Amino acid sequence: MSASLYLVAMIAVPAIGAAAVAALPKERGLLAKQVALGVSLVVLLLAVLSTMAFDPDGDRFQLTTSVAWIPDFGADFALGVDGIALVMLLLIGVLVPLVVAASWHEADAGPRPARVFFAWLLLLEAMMVGVFAATDILLFYVFFEAMLVPMYFLIGSFGGPRRQYAAVKFFVYSLVGGLVMLASVIGLYVVSTSQLGEGTFAFDALRQLEIDPDVQKLLFLGFFVAFAIKAPLVPFHTWLPDSGAEAPIGGAVLLVGVLDKVGTFGFLRYCLPLFPDASRYFAPFVLVLAVVGILYAALLAMGQSDMKRLVSYTSISHFGFIALGIFAFTTEAATGAVLYMVNHGIATGLLFLVVGMLISRGGSRQIGDYGGVAAQAPKLAGAFLVAGLASLALPGTNSFVSEFLVLIGSFPTRPVFTVLATAGIILAALYVLLMYQRTMHGPPRGMLLADVHGGDPTPGTEPARSTEPAQGTHPARGGASAATATVTAPAPARGGVRFADLSRRELAVVAPLIALIIGLGVYPQPLLDLIEPAVVATVDDLGAPGGTDR
Amino acid sequence: MIDAPDFSFAALSPLLLVLGAACIGVLVEAFAPRDVRHPVQVGLALTGTVGAFVATLLLAGTREVTAGGALAVDGPTLFLQATIAGLGALSILLFAERSLDPARSAFVVSAAVPAGSPRDRELVTTQRVQTEVYPLALFAIGGMLLFVAANDLLVMFVALEVLSLPLYLISGMARRRRLLSQEAAVKYFLLGAFASAFFLYGLALVYGATGSVRLRDIREAVTAESGGVLMVLGLGLLVVGLLFKASVAPFHSWTPDVYQGAPTPVTAFMAACTKVAAFGAILRLLYVAFGAAEWTWRPLIYAAAIISMIVGAVLGLTQTDLKRMLAYSSVAHAGFLLTGVIGFGAGGDGSGLAATMFYLVTYGLTTLGAFAVLTLVRDGDGEAGHLSQWAGLGARSPLTAAVMSLFLLALAGIPLTAGFTGKFAVFRAAIEQGAWPLAVVALLASAVAAFFYLRVIVLMYFSDPVADGPTVGVPGLPTTIVLAVTATATLALGILPGAVLDLAGRAAIFVG
Repeated sequence: MSASLYLVAMIAVPAIGAAAVAALPKERGLLAKQVALGVSLVVLLLAVLSTMAFDPDGDRFQLTTSVAWIPDFGADFALGVDGIALVMLLLIGVLVPLVVAASWHEADAGPRPARVFFAWLLLLEAMMVGVFAATDILLFYVFFEAMLVPMYFLIGSFGGPRRQYAAVKFFVYSLVGGLVMLASVIGLYVVSTSQLGEGTFAFDALRQLEIDPDVQKLLFLGFFVAFAIKAPLVPFHTWLPDSGAEAPIGGAVLLVGVLDKVGTFGFLRYCLPLFPDASRYFAPFVLVLAVVGILYAALLAMGQSDMKRLVSYTSISHFGFIALGIFAFTTEAATGAVLYMVNHGIATGLLFLVVGMLISRGGSRQIGDYGGVAAQAPKLAGAFLVAGLASLALPGTNSFVSEFLVLIGSFPTRPVFTVLATAGIILAALYVLLMYQRTMHGPPRGMLLADVHGGDPTPGTEPARSTEPAQGTHPARGGASAATATVTAPAPARGGVRFADLSRRELAVVAPLIALIIGLGVYPQPLLDLIEPAVVATVDDLGAPGGTDR
Repeated sequence: MIDAPDFSFAALSPLLLVLGAACIGVLVEAFAPRDVRHPVQVGLALTGTVGAFVATLLLAGTREVTAGGALAVDGPTLFLQATIAGLGALSILLFAERSLDPARSAFVVSAAVPAGSPRDRELVTTQRVQTEVYPLALFAIGGMLLFVAANDLLVMFVALEVLSLPLYLISGMARRRRLLSQEAAVKYFLLGAFASAFFLYGLALVYGATGSVRLRDIREAVTAESGGVLMVLGLGLLVVGLLFKASVAPFHSWTPDVYQGAPTPVTAFMAACTKVAAFGAILRLLYVAFGAAEWTWRPLIYAAAIISMIVGAVLGLTQTDLKRMLAYSSVAHAGFLLTGVIGFGAGGDGSGLAATMFYLVTYGLTTLGAFAVLTLVRDGDGEAGHLSQWAGLGARSPLTAAVMSLFLLALAGIPLTAGFTGKFAVFRAAIEQGAWPLAVVALLASAVAAFFYLRVIVLMYFSDPVADGPTVGVPGLPTTIVLAVTATATLALGILPGAVLDLAGRAAIFVG
């Protein structure tokens, strides 16, 4: 297979895989999972092959394909990646197989057959690849919107108790943003018709346009609103905590880890190069939103009692850092921001996965229903700690590198914003460590308490909290998850104790992510080599780096 | 001595095929024995509509004015005639479905028997079917084919009546909930007659102002003296009459009641075909006759588009009956279509005409499919139209729910479905003509409308099934064909719309 077909295959393979999984008969649930895992591993392989075929110092877009798609609209089925898109494809390739493995039993408990879950997951993967690989803006838009459908069904069919509300809110927010962007997409087309004589959606051609600054501002806003909802920046963020909390764990990982990155990716790929004047004009406003988001979301995260909501809010805070790096308009900061996109996907992905494993055992999302987990499940606690530390950007973890790059890159041009953003790091330490401390240490609570009573009652435990809150809050899910936990965990040695440590399957899920967190924390150079040329090209499109003049 | 006008029978063959089949249908009704009538009528109706469809394809490329200048056979005429004939054939298939209703048909056996009378109760359980509906539908289709070809205001009026009268009748022929159906028919008739009167009065005023009913002569008169009060008033009244048929707000008030009361196959037929015909006439009237006096109608259409999109999207949110919801959706889509009409430039430039015609195809197919799904979901008292009854359908009948979701996503304009391509085409046309505020309103209205389409998907998939909910009938061959064709087309026009868009683009030139 020639290298230029890798990207096509990365879309086609999961799409066909999704159809195949959906077409399997009901009783072949296991086969559906195996096919899903196999397909996602093939995509990972393709992503690695693409990376090997990619020359960081070569053309801006490589592995390109272009076929006329809708000639009447001047739209092509055009794919190609720069370094930024490529690292996102790698992230997708890594996360999806892990999500499949992590969701192995989760979908069994739901009312809908498991194969449907995996079919939507694979379709989502195809769309996500398409969104990052498209070099035609209409094609990008099509993937951008179509991507909503699988995620909508994942949240709505397999989510938590308020899944209907969360699914509709997710869809409508994103759709509104998308439609506003559509106006700008058409606007760009009209501008290209008047300047080039023939309308086009090809990114490379649109980049050459000289758009009137006032028109730029309008078009910029159209794209910006869509991406700010997706990313999400405060005040467009309110859908994410609901979606993140109600989505099934696998969906939540991809939602926060990859889908939302489309927003920040869009800033870099479309807003900055296409509308340089408008980007400079609006940069202060965007930076205010970014810094407010860092601090506000971090404060809200501290106040959450629901772990999935907490992790969602931490992501909003992190997206503020990414936006800060992008709109600081320096190469270091933007490189840091792209690296942040990858690292956040890994760190928060792991955090969500571990929280999911905890919830599948305890049957509750409330922090207050857990305590002293570390004593019974040390491996789980260890993975939780690594994910948490990566999330607060401890030196030695991957996130430290990217956060540091963003901050030192932004400081020369935007010192005030950077200093304010730094406060977010302290808040991050607070919300992560508080959650870790409350759930993993201290006296056993919730489900663990029940286990202790059922097994060997330990003197000195705090009998104030019964199992009521754990199971009373979400009766249906609690029961289902408990059933899952018994399937997941091997039968414990001591009768009655059900709070098992990580199974081998779960270890296989967390181990690669932990390895990446440490590995990229110590040696991020390979990724930086991929990212930097693309970032330099993007900042070049913007005109003079960091300056307000052109 | 009066010279006989020149007739190009070849160019008029689609029209002649359908109207001929309708006339034979009347004879069949009178002479054929009852037990063979149904298959014969269905065969005849399909021959007429499919024949007309094939004839339009064979005629592709024809550009002529015939019948003494009263009819224009050009690209838009043929494209829209093909659309109407094709959608008409699919509607006939829905009419012919016999395996869903335990009483074997969606139509009342004898429409003249008073509802609720002893005789009516006797007839409820009979296996006899009603076949008058086929010739009536054929006459309506014939009227529509004539409507989009009319190059003369009088012919346009005649066509309007030919298409409307049979529709009034068949709206009242539901087998179940007969009073609702009859009420719908009366409402449709009264309001329709009112709208026809507007049209006729407008026609008289325009004749008074310009001295002719020929569209070409009107254009010349308008170009020469740029029209007076009389002409503007006449144009306004003509447009009102047409907007009524196209169910554009604020002339839409009949739509929800009639869509709800009429037998569902008839609703599907009206939603798909009448819309195409009405927009065909609107386009021809505005561009051929009044293209030179755009200032007179642009503000009117602009306002009607905005009102229609907002009314359709907002009122659609509050509906609890699926047929009413789709009726408001039809009002909103009429607004989107007018966005395309605005996107047609003064000198015939711009992609507005092609975009509007393409949108008509996509909307017609999608809405026909959606109504076809409605006929499947039934409880003891006929179709289960209430939203709450659809809860949990996804678990009970995955395929039906999946097909319905596809149509709803297409109506909402989600990419990779036909609905998106259509919307994109009309919005592009409008923005190209500088009507971007209209396009922005349209985009926001799409977002609002998406909410109520999504609500149905939420109910079908994410809600628990209700106890003693409706059953999903196993469709017979006719409905299966309709669903297969519409669903395939909805996907195909979303993923690879190039060929049809190109066809619409090449057809988009009016002959004057």
